[in-house]
Amino acid sequence: MIQIKNIHKSYINGQNNLHVLKGIDLDIEQGEMISIMGPSGSGKSTLLNILGILDNYDEGEYMLDGKKIQHLNERKAALLRNRMLGFVFQSFNLVSFKNAMENVALPLYYQKINRRKRNRIALEYLDKLGLRDWAHHLPSELSGGQKQRVAIARALITQPKVILADEPTGALDSITSQEMMDLLTEINKSGITMIIVTHEHDIARRTQKTIRIIDGSIQEIVENEAGSTKFEVRTQVQSTKYEVASAPSCKHYEKVA
Amino acid sequence: MFIRNLPQPSTLNSMFELDKWQEIYSTVRKNKLRTFLTGFAVAWGIFMLIILLGSGKGLENGVYDQFRGGATNGIWISSGMTSKEYKGLQAGRLIRFTNDDYRLLKETVRDHEYMSSRMFLGNTITSHKNEYGTFYLSPCHPDYGYIKEVEMVQGRFLNNLDINEYRKVAVIGEKVKQDLFKGTDTVALGEYININGVLFRVVGVFHDFGRDDSELRRIYIPITTAQRVFSGQNVISQISFTTGDATVEEVDQMVDQTRDLLAKKHTFDTEDERAVSIWNKSEDFRKFQGLFMGIRLFIWIVGIGTIIAGIVGVSNIMMISVKERTKEIGVRKALGATPFSVISLIMREAIVITGFAGYIGLVLGIGVLELISRNLPQIDFFRSPEANFSIAVGATILLIVAGALAGLFPARKAARIRPIEALRDE
Repeated sequence: MIQIKNIHKSYINGQNNLHVLKGIDLDIEQGEMISIMGPSGSGKSTLLNILGILDNYDEGEYMLDGKKIQHLNERKAALLRNRMLGFVFQSFNLVSFKNAMENVALPLYYQKINRRKRNRIALEYLDKLGLRDWAHHLPSELSGGQKQRVAIARALITQPKVILADEPTGALDSITSQEMMDLLTEINKSGITMIIVTHEHDIARRTQKTIRIIDGSIQEIVENEAGSTKFEVRTQVQSTKYEVASAPSCKHYEKVA
Repeated sequence: MFIRNLPQPSTLNSMFELDKWQEIYSTVRKNKLRTFLTGFAVAWGIFMLIILLGSGKGLENGVYDQFRGGATNGIWISSGMTSKEYKGLQAGRLIRFTNDDYRLLKETVRDHEYMSSRMFLGNTITSHKNEYGTFYLSPCHPDYGYIKEVEMVQGRFLNNLDINEYRKVAVIGEKVKQDLFKGTDTVALGEYININGVLFRVVGVFHDFGRDDSELRRIYIPITTAQRVFSGQNVISQISFTTGDATVEEVDQMVDQTRDLLAKKHTFDTEDERAVSIWNKSEDFRKFQGLFMGIRLFIWIVGIGTIIAGIVGVSNIMMISVKERTKEIGVRKALGATPFSVISLIMREAIVITGFAGYIGLVLGIGVLELISRNLPQIDFFRSPEANFSIAVGATILLIVAGALAGLFPARKAARIRPIEALRDE
C-alpha cells in the first residue's frame, strides 16, 4: 500500500538547515496496522505529514496505492487526501459549531455530495460507532471518547485506503484508550491500513509492527507478537496490567535513546 | 432498457449552493455580536451615502425647479435704460422695442429655433357670462408655446393665421378655465370670453409645469391682435428665442450678435448691460449642471470614503476570524478542502456580511429620504430628496465590490494556511 524509499526532508530556518528525515525506507502492506514511535523532535510527525500528503519531501520516492506522490499542487493533494486517506487527531479537531452528524459528513461536502445524502451516510457511520443518539449534539456536549469516535467516523466516511492517526489516545483516559484501540483494530480488520503515531507503549504493542524513529532515521522495526487481536477484555485491572507489562520495553527504549 | 442507463438528472448543483449558504450561516451565527458590529459599519456607510446623495438630489431638484416653466435653452431679451453715454447721447435714455426689432432678429439671428415677442399687459379683468376674474394677459407669437414649453390640454395654441389675420382668439390656462367655466365638464372651446371689453374665442386650454399657479392664471392672445385692439402701437416689451441644439460657442455668438444688432439699431454702447438685458438661461443652467456634477462627485468621494472605513472594518474582523479559525481551516484542508473552496468560503462570508448589512443601510437610507420628502415644507432650492434607481444599482454594485475587497485579503490568508496546522497541538 505504502512504499517509501530514501525519503529526506529538511527545514530551512534562516541560516540553519534542519535535516529532519535522513533517508527513511518503509514498506507498509495493505491491511497492516503499524505504530510509529519516537521522542519529540525525532521526525515522526514530519513522516506522518508526508505520509498524509500534508507536506512535501525533498528527496526520495513515495508510492501510495501504486501512485507516485510527488510535486502535487494543493488542489490535487486535497483531492487525494479526501479520496485515499482518513485522519484521526489527538485533539479530535471537530468543527466546534457543527453537530456530530455534520462533522462526520464534512469530507463528503468536499466530494460535492448533496446534503441529504451525506447526512444519511453520516448517520449510518455514527450508528456503527454507537453514536446515533448523539448525532445532533455539538462537540462541546460530547465526552472525549465520543468526540474521538465522531472523528473516526469522519475518517471512515470516505472509505479511505489508509487511516493516519496522530496520538489518537493522547487526550483520553486509559480505559477509553483501550476502547479506542479495540475500535481501530476492528476497523483495521475490515481491510483498512492503519498507521498510528503514539508515544504510549501499550498502544504501540497492540499494533502488528512498531517503527521506532530516532534522529530522523528508523532505528528499529519491532514485530509485536501480542498482535492486535488478543485483547478482548476491557477492564480497569486489565489495562493496569498492560502498563506494568509495558514498563520493561520502556526502559529498553530509554537505554537506546 | 436504454433509458435506465441514462444518468439521472441531479439537483446536486443547487444543493451545493444551499450548502455554502448554510456554511456561512453557521459561522455568522457563531459570532453574532462581532458580525453585527462589522455589519453596522458597512450599513452606516451606505446609509450616509444614500442620505448624502439624496440630499444632493434634493438640492438639485430644488434649483432646477427654479428653471421650470420654459425651455432651458431660452434667451430672453428685455429693453431697459441706458447707463452710459454713447455717441453724444446721454445716459438714462429709455430703449423701446418695436415689431421692427423682432423682425430684425428673426431675419438676422439665423440659428435660432423658435422666436417670439411679447407685450406686458399685466392683470386684466376677464369675464364669461356671469363669472369674472383677473388674469395675466400675455400677447405673444405662436413660437412662445415652444419657448415656454406650454402643454395643451384641450384645443390648440396660437398659430400663424391668428397672427396674420389679427384673430381674436385666446388660449387660457387651466385655472382660468376653472374660474370662468364653473364645473369640470364644461366645454370652454369655442366659447367667447370678454377681455377688457373685447370678445375673444377660446381655442385652447393649457397646462404649464411651471413653479406655481400663476403660470396657469394666464391668457395668451396673438400679439398682432393685442397691438391693434389694446395699444394701437407697434411696441413690444420682450423678445425671446431658443437656440435649438446649438453649442455653447454658437449660443454665445448668437447672444453677441443680438446685442450688436440692437446696439446698432438703438444707438447704445454694446458694453452697456443695462440698455438691453439679455438673460441666457442655458448659461445659468450649464453653470448649475457643472455645480451639481461637482457636488455629486464630492458626495461619492465622501460616501465611498465612509464605505472604505466599513470595508477595512469587515476585512479586519475577517482577518481575526481567519486567524481564530486557522485550525479549523487546516482540518478542512486535511479532509480535502481545496484552496479554492477555502477562498470561496471566506469571500462569500465577507460578501454576505457586507451585502446584507449594506442592503439594510440602503433600505433605511431610502426610507429616511422618503420620510423627509413627504413631510418637507415647500422651500426654495430644496425639493423632494430622492435616491433613484441608478443610485440604488450603483450602491448595490459598490456593496458587492466592497464585500469582495473586504474578503480578498482574509481569504488569501486562509488559503495559505497549511493543512499540517490540523496536526499541530497548541
